[in-house]
Amino acid sequence: MIKVEVDMTKCQHYGQCVFEAPTVFKLNSEDKLEYVAEVDDSELDNVEAAVDICPMQAIRIAQ
Amino acid sequence: MSAPVVIVGGSLAGLRSAEGIRKAGYSGPIKVIGNEPYLPYNRPPLSKELLSGSGEIDEIYFPIKESVADIEWVLGQAATSLDTKEQKVTDLSGASHSYSALVIATGLRPKPLPVDSNGISGVHVLRTFDDALALRKQLLPGVKVVILGAGFIGCEVAATAIKAGCKVKVVARGHEPMEEALGKTLAKEVKRRHELKGVEFVKGASVFGLIGDGHVQRIILDSGVIYDADLVVVAIGSLPNTEWLEGSGIDISNGVLVDGGLRALSSDGAVIENVFAVGDVARYVNPLFDEVPRRVEHWNLPTETGKRAGQILGKQLNGESVADMLAEPFAPLPSFWSDQYDMHILAFGMTYLADRSELVAGELSGECVLEYFRNDKLVGVCGIGMRPTIQSYRTKFSLA
Repeated sequence: MIKVEVDMTKCQHYGQCVFEAPTVFKLNSEDKLEYVAEVDDSELDNVEAAVDICPMQAIRIAQ
Repeated sequence: MSAPVVIVGGSLAGLRSAEGIRKAGYSGPIKVIGNEPYLPYNRPPLSKELLSGSGEIDEIYFPIKESVADIEWVLGQAATSLDTKEQKVTDLSGASHSYSALVIATGLRPKPLPVDSNGISGVHVLRTFDDALALRKQLLPGVKVVILGAGFIGCEVAATAIKAGCKVKVVARGHEPMEEALGKTLAKEVKRRHELKGVEFVKGASVFGLIGDGHVQRIILDSGVIYDADLVVVAIGSLPNTEWLEGSGIDISNGVLVDGGLRALSSDGAVIENVFAVGDVARYVNPLFDEVPRRVEHWNLPTETGKRAGQILGKQLNGESVADMLAEPFAPLPSFWSDQYDMHILAFGMTYLADRSELVAGELSGECVLEYFRNDKLVGVCGIGMRPTIQSYRTKFSLA
């Protein structure tokens, strides 16, 4: 399993991560980011792409 | 030992290229030459959080992944020339750097004040961390700021300056703020919101000259009008950093022309072996829209171009075939956003190409979504707030 961490003090809810890993990240009806904190290893590439594309660099993959 | 891969440009696109090379399995030496004294850092906060707060450079550095921890950084050195026959880059100190392959990631620089400042200080641009630091020290309550240019940078600086208590005028040659990207309808609405916050827009003019005793005191516009100004911010667009490529044979008529594999092209359209260009400086065709090569200055593209170039190059250096990768069309969907006051603008696509826009959700005066069409074909979507709706459009852009 991969542990996903988002620093919500940095996150500005731009939603760039949503496109990279739509099963992990989503924007709710209030424009706020929601995410799954533990995901399957098969999502690694997508989560890495989300980490890279985050404009606030708020996403981390915890070991 | 074989010569390293040399990446010229130490910002996001250069970093993503290096990561891409490693991801493709190439483990040979990589050298990055950057003209700023810093490791790669994140630029969007420069016109927003960092311009208003007290943030420092270490808060905006990109993480250096383990895969690229061994690359050599030559920082504070601009490249001055390229010899593609000898496969060598020369830098400002006169040092020459041999390469096995080259990635051009030199980006853009702001257009300077279009008139002679006569040595008068108080004129700023905004592209680098140092620019942001210099400007933010001056954004104090009561300071009269004149911003030249009503694009994204100009408008974001205006919003930040208003928050800091400055008196702000935005002078622009064109029509409404950010009109090229937002279209007339949305641009007018954004202007209304800026005006409510106290920004004054001056249309159809540019700078003629500055008046000041050492530091700027007044600005003369070419319309003849004179305004008091303690600070002038020049935000009238940018220029590709390609002077160092003159005489190299590469097509640098507007940025660096590349093919769908980000491989640099010569003026007669031939691929120049082992030379790639990525990020803001690269000009390429995006088959999502048409066959016209363009430079596109949006957030996700340094990452998209860097990753692709890096992976193609890495495979090539490993002696693997890249035919499959080159055959895959390069069709990244541009993405941009802007925060001004409590207004969150988000867009996908190439709204610039549109000949009309249409409100499809919400209300213009509140949160809204607009579709952008060229010849009745959807080329972009943009809105204020309503991010999940805007987000849902991403899948509507695809290759026919």
